[in-house]
Amino acid sequence: MGEAAAHEPTICELTLDTLASHPEGRKVFTCIQCGTCAGTCPYGDVMDYPPRRIIGMLRAGLLEKVITSDSLLACVACYACMAKCPRGIQLTEVLLPLVKEQTFLRLPETPAELAKALENTLRYGNPEGEPARKRAAWVKTTDVPVRILAEDPKRPVDVLWFVECYTSYHPRGQDNTRATAKVFHALGVDFAILGNEEKCAGECARLLGESGLFDTLMDYNMAVFQKYTFNRLVTSGAHAYDAFKYQYPALGYRYPTDHTAVFLARQLDKLKPLLTRKLDYTVTYHDSCCLGRHNGFYEEPRQLLRAIPGVKVVEMTHNRINSICCGGGGGGMWLDTYYKAKGYERLSERRVKEAAASGANVLAVSCPYEVSRFEDALKVFGYDKHMVVRDVVELLAEAIAA
Amino acid sequence: MNILVLLKMVPDVVEDIEVAADGKSLDPDSLRLIPSESDEHALEEALILKERHAAKVTAIALDCEGADDALFTALAKGADRAVKIAGGATGLATRAGAARVARALSAGQGLQPMDLVLTGTQAIDDLEGLTAPLLAHRLGWPYLGIVTQVVVDPASARSTVTKEYPGGCHGEFDVPLPAVLGVQAAEKPPRYVPVAKVRAAMKSLKIETVVPPEEDEPAPLDILQMAKPQAAGHAEMLDGAPEEVAGKLVEILAGHGLL
Repeated sequence: MGEAAAHEPTICELTLDTLASHPEGRKVFTCIQCGTCAGTCPYGDVMDYPPRRIIGMLRAGLLEKVITSDSLLACVACYACMAKCPRGIQLTEVLLPLVKEQTFLRLPETPAELAKALENTLRYGNPEGEPARKRAAWVKTTDVPVRILAEDPKRPVDVLWFVECYTSYHPRGQDNTRATAKVFHALGVDFAILGNEEKCAGECARLLGESGLFDTLMDYNMAVFQKYTFNRLVTSGAHAYDAFKYQYPALGYRYPTDHTAVFLARQLDKLKPLLTRKLDYTVTYHDSCCLGRHNGFYEEPRQLLRAIPGVKVVEMTHNRINSICCGGGGGGMWLDTYYKAKGYERLSERRVKEAAASGANVLAVSCPYEVSRFEDALKVFGYDKHMVVRDVVELLAEAIAA
Repeated sequence: MNILVLLKMVPDVVEDIEVAADGKSLDPDSLRLIPSESDEHALEEALILKERHAAKVTAIALDCEGADDALFTALAKGADRAVKIAGGATGLATRAGAARVARALSAGQGLQPMDLVLTGTQAIDDLEGLTAPLLAHRLGWPYLGIVTQVVVDPASARSTVTKEYPGGCHGEFDVPLPAVLGVQAAEKPPRYVPVAKVRAAMKSLKIETVVPPEEDEPAPLDILQMAKPQAAGHAEMLDGAPEEVAGKLVEILAGHGLL
């Protein structure tokens, strides 16, 4: 209790009707209604049905009321409830997506920005609505060679680097991606990317209840993986990491998988001698929900930061398991206008206030959603004059002499 | 009440579209076809009317790549029937396409009588918005375009139709049914349908096919050339304090004889 436990991959073929047929489903009914979930939920105060009440309504046969309300659109899938639940109920992973799927089917009107992001993901393989043919356009802007598997399909590679959507298309995501390529190259990693063949891993679609879209993407990505020979998969997407680790095994996925920050932390002894440039930054690290609470990777990104000469690491009030979500997960990335209309405080704004109070001048992150969300929030308060947002890998690349 | 929704697949301009080797048409390999945006609004308006009047909605489309997807999506959203107009050439020009649809309505089973035909008022490859009026002419029915609301009185077979005008004005028309309406925007944004529902529709529902009789439709217009716009130059950025920039701007305008 209190620790984010690493758990075995689960095959989620559960439905709300068949919950009792599966150990994780039966666990839901052992809820003691303590309310820790609702208390720790960043939007618990605005939800009509936070997790505790959802389970209460489920047990009372009143779930219909929950799924006909739009309460669950406020869930950003931050794993806070699941990490703190004294019963270990897999709320974010199992129960909430099932309830959200039903909510989604009954919504009288899907918020426009969210509907567009989902349609784009289905049509173009990315929520931004950018053409698939431009997904690897960033490769031309790097100084280091980046191998695209389709150009040389028969040659095996050690690491398949699954870049993901915001990191491929968003300008600040591309900064991260160029930095990652630079660090991989400096370490001599044998890596390749799928390039334009890559499509979103779809984890956020799954978390918000669009299981059909997730399945479509999973089928597609698995078929692409089977075309090539590689030993392991490393991804820049924290949510993508979760998809590959916990969902893809249902279709036979067996590759050792890492997020870039963890992959690099494992090679710190090789990496540290390359970090020769001194960066005089005071850095506070924001634990991303997927890497942190869900998987327990709290120390690895901090080890990377402390390895950079001149970097001083300070902590925000809510760190590690208590980290406050940036608000991007579970569809939240495309619901800012909806939350604003409802008068909710944006979670990214809540978080940057803490970042500013920490005394840091760099807010370090490890999930692609966080960069634009925090940069925007900093501007809202005028903190952007004193603080920048950088992915951990961007800082590493900066510390490597050109 | 029976409502027909005509859907059309059009080139997606998100992709880089290329001109074919003949210099007069689009390269089909560079195209991704998607449902025309205002047709999605037409379908949404039809589904809203279905909910209000317990109407039957039939979605119909000319066969081409992606038409099946669009028709199954229409079924998943709540259309009662989906019909594909097969046979014949693909990539028909607007007039020939509208004529083909009209022949299909006469030939197809249970496609008449219709009380209302809804389709998008224009499409990216039909900016003049000719499909709907040409179809109406073939059917001998009234037509109104740029429609933003349809209120139907099934008992009297009449409708009150709102048409949008520039300047924020709108007009209300009394339109006898049956009629063809070109929808600009539905009363609500087109509904999102979860992928699982579309996949379920693909498994359990069917798209019917109708093959209309062929007729020669000579194209009245000959395309001489199709080409992508060439970048003639680049924007010149003016830097400096506002007074400096204003001064430079005046110089440039005067130099072009505009002052």
